[in-house]
Amino acid sequence: MIAEAGLAALWIAAALALLQFVLGAMGLNDSRAELRAGVRSVAVVQGLFVALAFGLLITCFLRSDMSVKLVVENSHSMKPWLYKFAGTWGNHEGSMLLWVAVLGIAGAAVAIFERRLDDATLVATLAAQALIAFGFYAFLLFASNPFARLNPAPIEGLGLNPLLQDPGLAFHPPTLYLGYVGMSIAFSFAVGALITRKVDAAFARAMRPWVLGAWIFLTLGITAGSYWAYYELGWGGWWFWDPVENASLMPWLAATALLHSVTVLATRDGLRAWTVMLAVVAFSMSMVGTFLVRSGILTSVHSFAVDPTRGSFILALLSLYIGGALALFALRIGTVKEGNQFDLVSREGALVANNLLLSAILGVVVIGTLYPLAAEAISGTKLSVGPPYFNATAGPIALVLVIVMALGPLTRWRRDNLKAVVSRVALPVLICAVALLAMAAFAPPIGILPFLGIVLAIGVGAASLAPLWKRNLRRTPLFTYGMVVSHLGIAVALAGMSTERAFIKETLVAARIGDTANVGPYKIKFLGIEPIAGPNWTALEATLQAQRGDNLPFLMKPQARMFSSPPTETSEAAIATRLDGQLYLVFGKGDGTGRWQLRLWWKPMVTLIWLGGAMIAFGGMLSLIGRMRREWGQNDRKAYGV
Amino acid sequence: MKRFWLWAPLAMFVIFFGVVASGLYSPDDRNHPSKMIGKPLPTFDLPVAAADRPALSSRDFTGQPKLLNVFASWCVPCIAEVPILTQLSQQGVIVEGVAIRDRPADVDRFLRQNGNPYHAIGSDVDSSIQLAIGSSGVPETFVIDGKGVILHQHIGAITAEDVPAILAALSAAR
Repeated sequence: MIAEAGLAALWIAAALALLQFVLGAMGLNDSRAELRAGVRSVAVVQGLFVALAFGLLITCFLRSDMSVKLVVENSHSMKPWLYKFAGTWGNHEGSMLLWVAVLGIAGAAVAIFERRLDDATLVATLAAQALIAFGFYAFLLFASNPFARLNPAPIEGLGLNPLLQDPGLAFHPPTLYLGYVGMSIAFSFAVGALITRKVDAAFARAMRPWVLGAWIFLTLGITAGSYWAYYELGWGGWWFWDPVENASLMPWLAATALLHSVTVLATRDGLRAWTVMLAVVAFSMSMVGTFLVRSGILTSVHSFAVDPTRGSFILALLSLYIGGALALFALRIGTVKEGNQFDLVSREGALVANNLLLSAILGVVVIGTLYPLAAEAISGTKLSVGPPYFNATAGPIALVLVIVMALGPLTRWRRDNLKAVVSRVALPVLICAVALLAMAAFAPPIGILPFLGIVLAIGVGAASLAPLWKRNLRRTPLFTYGMVVSHLGIAVALAGMSTERAFIKETLVAARIGDTANVGPYKIKFLGIEPIAGPNWTALEATLQAQRGDNLPFLMKPQARMFSSPPTETSEAAIATRLDGQLYLVFGKGDGTGRWQLRLWWKPMVTLIWLGGAMIAFGGMLSLIGRMRREWGQNDRKAYGV
Repeated sequence: MKRFWLWAPLAMFVIFFGVVASGLYSPDDRNHPSKMIGKPLPTFDLPVAAADRPALSSRDFTGQPKLLNVFASWCVPCIAEVPILTQLSQQGVIVEGVAIRDRPADVDRFLRQNGNPYHAIGSDVDSSIQLAIGSSGVPETFVIDGKGVILHQHIGAITAEDVPAILAALSAAR
């Protein structure tokens, strides 16, 4: 009965979304303004029902209900409960339901909490949100029903992709989806504002916390995903420019640009058209990213072609939403009055530069990700664009962006004096110059990008702290601290990336038991191999002794795991984290003559990359809390007539 | 001029849409063709895989064009294509088999239960020959001409609809 109840809840949620859209759309006409009254409540109830449907699907997985086709295909009764739980979204149908559940709940949250938008714009926003949700409900109900039964029910399920059996990945997709779908709110806000022609500072102030919230989740999701790919895939790198990775980077770039331009709109009422455009682009990138990669069209056209109905359905939805919003933009933005003007040397100017550079990187990544697809469509050849392209194109732009990022907070709004700016940046620039000279004098040859990266990281770190210089720290608003922490996080991550790239040590050996090898400051001794068994896998585990100088030796045990259903091999790297870096050991195949492949890495400062990511997200949280507190404070004062 | 730029994002999206749609509907997008097509078979010498069939080596591909079928007893789609392969071999097509990561007892059981269309079967225990000829899964079937050159690759089980294409490739190889 649980599956049927879930399906019923999904149908009800779909019907409510349609009702919400119709009420909202008809209520836009002022002569029928009474229709607007119900829209908020309908949005809340819709969110409740879709959450219920998702909860029931989780229940099916936790109870290993093998009469549900999706459970059979993606779960196994022997699995640990956490992976039964995560198995709910570790597949096409379940992740679509998660997606639409987040969409519905986000819509409900707007209906409950949004008090700043004027009535008409809010109703238009909720109607747009309902239309997006309705399309995905229809997709689930007609093309990928997660609650489909299997008759007769098999005794056992087929298991979950072993690569996905990892606590990190249990929570990575939901985090990322909160970010992706959070962008749907910015999108709906933009559509709502275009419809009512109210693209102004008030609209930006209403939209900003939602953008900030979604951006925080997106940042956390990407950071966690990058660390997962690093330790679980046994690749030993942290960013591969894989299409799946790019799919989350593209919306993040657009969202970061949006976050900054919405600040210009909220503070100075400038960049109206540009902000609306970025809101549309950010969510478009979220949709394009998730669906094209999820459906496999980018990595291999395989899974899409297996079921063209699904592919066509998704493509139709994408073109309706993105095309519709872009057409609305083109038709309406001309009638929105231009915002305030500003000088080139000003905070706005720096933020525009930031936006342009972020957009340039976004363009580079989009082209690199889609080019193979376009090439195949045009000439029929299959090719791939690898890290060399991305590093060579995105790398230099990112370095320039980092410089702009360091300078931006040191400028004033509207108009600034170049001399004054120069005097404010003098100290960071000096620190940067000292770092440059020191590096040039002492560093070994490490390549131009890592070299500049390290120098800039030091300078940017100094410049990021500069806005706090000579300020009363107790009276500095929390959102300023947020910005400082986020920017410092970029410097920290940049330092990690550059140091790792510059000083990484790698050793690949075919070793017999008893052999030793060196990597970086470590001596690794191969002590032995033994087979071990886990709950649903067996593995060969190597025992390696690592010793640094004369320090105490310690044991590390990388594994090569075999999962039986489905038959898959994974490698579990052994990682030892030290203050100055990570020792990363991977155990590979044997050659049959008693020699075993070992990959050994010493990665100096690599953890700074994820520490930086966490700082960026944490800074976002500080800003969000700071903004909310200030607004509630203002509302309270209004309420009490102060 | 300014109004034109407002439509540029939409125009870009339309281009994107066209590319993706053509990727979605292009007919032969399921193939990851082997880089070995047009090249001679790598030299190999595989041991016996089944009790009543001889072993297979690259020297066997001389004279007339033959099919090289990569299969495994643990592969479910492989069962589906056995009747088609049997029908082909009854028409005089020589089907050579390569059993991937298999044990002789399992191969025997597979042939007993499903039929045996093969002329000779080699046992490729660690998939090394499979990878060398550019096959990434089972089943796959290659058309090899009389000089041992790989001419055509079929990915997945051969269905009745695929037979004309296979026969055409064989007759082109003559």
